[in-house]
Amino acid sequence: MLPIEHYLFLSLALFIIGVIGVVTRRNVIVVLMSIELILNAVNINLAAFSRLYGDVAGQVFALFIIADAAAEAAVGLGIIIAFFRNRETVLADEMDLLKW
Amino acid sequence: MTPTGYFLGHLWLIPLFPLATAALMLFFGRRLPNAGVSVLCVGSVALSFVYAAGAVFQLLAADPEHRVAQQILFEWLTPGPMQMTGGHVIPFVADWGFLFDPLSCVMVLVVTGVGFLIHVYSVGYMGHEGGYYRFFGYMNLFMFAMLTLVLANNMLLMFVGWEGVGLCSYLLIGFYFLKKSASDAGKKAFIVNRIGDAGFILGILLTALTLGTIRFTSQGLPDAESASGILQALKAAVDAHALAYGAPVLTGIALLLFVGAAGKSAQIPLYVWLPDAMEGPTPVSALIHAATMVTAGVYMVARMNAVYQLAPFAMDVVAVVGAVTAIFAASIALVQNDIKKVLAYSTISQLGYMFLALGVGAFASGIFHLMTHAFFKALLFLGAGSVIHAMSGEQDLQKMGGLWNKIPITGKTFAVATLAIAGIFPFAGFFSKDEILGQAFDRYFSLWFVGFITAGMTAFYMFRLLFLAFFGYSRADEHVEKHIHESPPAMTVPLIILAGLSLIGGWVGWPGSLGGENRFERFLEPVLTGVVPETGAVKIAHHALAKEYFLMLASLSIAGAGIWLAYQFYRTKRIAPELVAGKWPRLYHLLLHKYYVDEIYDAAIVERTKDLGTLLGRFDANVIDGVGVNGAGWLARFGSTLSMWWDKWIIDGLLNFSAKLMQLFSYPVRLMQTGVFSSYAMLILAGLVILLAYYGHHMQVLLRGVR
Repeated sequence: MLPIEHYLFLSLALFIIGVIGVVTRRNVIVVLMSIELILNAVNINLAAFSRLYGDVAGQVFALFIIADAAAEAAVGLGIIIAFFRNRETVLADEMDLLKW
Repeated sequence: MTPTGYFLGHLWLIPLFPLATAALMLFFGRRLPNAGVSVLCVGSVALSFVYAAGAVFQLLAADPEHRVAQQILFEWLTPGPMQMTGGHVIPFVADWGFLFDPLSCVMVLVVTGVGFLIHVYSVGYMGHEGGYYRFFGYMNLFMFAMLTLVLANNMLLMFVGWEGVGLCSYLLIGFYFLKKSASDAGKKAFIVNRIGDAGFILGILLTALTLGTIRFTSQGLPDAESASGILQALKAAVDAHALAYGAPVLTGIALLLFVGAAGKSAQIPLYVWLPDAMEGPTPVSALIHAATMVTAGVYMVARMNAVYQLAPFAMDVVAVVGAVTAIFAASIALVQNDIKKVLAYSTISQLGYMFLALGVGAFASGIFHLMTHAFFKALLFLGAGSVIHAMSGEQDLQKMGGLWNKIPITGKTFAVATLAIAGIFPFAGFFSKDEILGQAFDRYFSLWFVGFITAGMTAFYMFRLLFLAFFGYSRADEHVEKHIHESPPAMTVPLIILAGLSLIGGWVGWPGSLGGENRFERFLEPVLTGVVPETGAVKIAHHALAKEYFLMLASLSIAGAGIWLAYQFYRTKRIAPELVAGKWPRLYHLLLHKYYVDEIYDAAIVERTKDLGTLLGRFDANVIDGVGVNGAGWLARFGSTLSMWWDKWIIDGLLNFSAKLMQLFSYPVRLMQTGVFSSYAMLILAGLVILLAYYGHHMQVLLRGVR
């Protein structure tokens, strides 16, 4: 069995890629995809620790997160489509109406 | 023994009948047919007459000393304490009460009787006029006010009636209110009467203050001993020597009341409204401005005779004003060409006679002349109305003539009235005028002489009128001439009845010297005795018969001379009036223009009043408006400008300042809110990194604990 560190590093790598994607990408769809990466990094962590401690709660939690991520993606994409119909753009730096 | 009976117990109904129909006319008159208006309005006056006549008969049933009935409906001004000039306090009361004694008896009979005849006449005269119901409504209202005036048991209620008749006079003079001259005349009458009324009300106040009561007498009341009355108060004051014969305060009361009487009864200097009042319909002139309302002043002075008899100076003033008015107005009447103007000045002149009588202490004679005058002057006016009716509205004597055979009933009744006013035996005017002249002769020869000359003038101008209107050639236009017709029976029957009264009306006072009993004077005597018997008004003439016959002969001969002169002037034309007028042109024009009194009043009073008004107007515009109103406005505006400045710069400034400060400090913070979520995400990340770096070792501890 692989030691826990391998799982943690994979998870960390996925999380960092996700965060960099959320922060740097202009396309909102890519941002959404990056959020999925972050969620999956969390899932890997949960599954790894569940295996390590022999507690199934972590894996159940991971399943909930996958369901949540699906719902979130559906809502997020819906918002984006509605937004695109209004403003004809999906670029994050052009979505700047909510400011002073 | 106080007289009692149904009619005496229902005195209040006498004025109520006309008031009720007047109210009906006001509310429903417009919807009623003319016939209904006639029945209601004439009927109510007839009812009043019936009730008045019934009351008179029941009063006559009592013995002469007790012919007083007094009925108090309710207390009008409830007793209130009043501070007297003497310092003591007495309760003051004014009732809504009616007094029926021989004096009001005569007045009520004249007012309702002559009033009824004139109402009947009006049915014919006003039949084709617009505002039929309005006319009768006013006439009925007038009857109510006049009856209140003569039946009132105190001065204040009398004043109510006094003002009421003034109002109705105004309304009826201005009946044709679309005509400017008519509405002007109404206003003139109203304003001139106000001057007199001011005197009257001051007189009432002075009476109340001096005697503590304004009720004429307490006789006839159930509590006659304890109730207050002017007569009783005067008697008490004289007995206690608090007020003497000729006391200044009594003279003051008498003169103030006489100012009121002079206004209402058209005496110098307040007579100017009466000639103009002829603008009203002719029945109005007959009822109000000849027979009833204008005699209210005479009635009032007679009613207050107890005060006058103690004020010799005021009596002299009354007598002199009366005599001067008599001759003054008669001289104007000599040359007037308007048939109603002649009669108007004649009325003023005859009223002057009445005041002459009152002034020399012959109160009964004054009232006697009032009554006979009501008969023949009402007849003269109604006859003149009939003439005007026949002449299609023409009032100019120069355009009449030859009417005697064309309108015979009017002509004959008019002649009767003319004989009566001229004082020819045995017509009514002879008895009353002769009595006045006889009494004046006893007192002041000069005043008698003025009255004597006036009698001649009266005969002259009345016969001039008769000859010009009814005899000679017709001077009317052709189409007027064609329409000349006798008036309908509704008009001629009252004329005939009044002619009868003008003939026999004076016989009730048939003098002792001619085998009569002076009944009229004896009837009035209990009311007119006054307080001090020695100065009492009624002294049944005891002077030598020869003097009486001489006086009668003198007045008959001066009347005859006046008639003869008029005959020469206007019938035989032996003396041409134009020639006489041309001989003394100045005198003629002075008379024709009524001594220019209207012009003098205009220049001396009306214009000066207007000047005062203009002055006050300027004061108003410049001082009140300029300094006061505009100044206050400027001040307020200045204050509000200051306040606005304070608001704008200090209050708002502080607020804006704090807001600006906020804006300034918030500027860098605001820059962080870009609205772009990726930058927010970056910030969150940065925050997370900082948090982790700072609390890293704590996390380690935390994690270790978990493990």
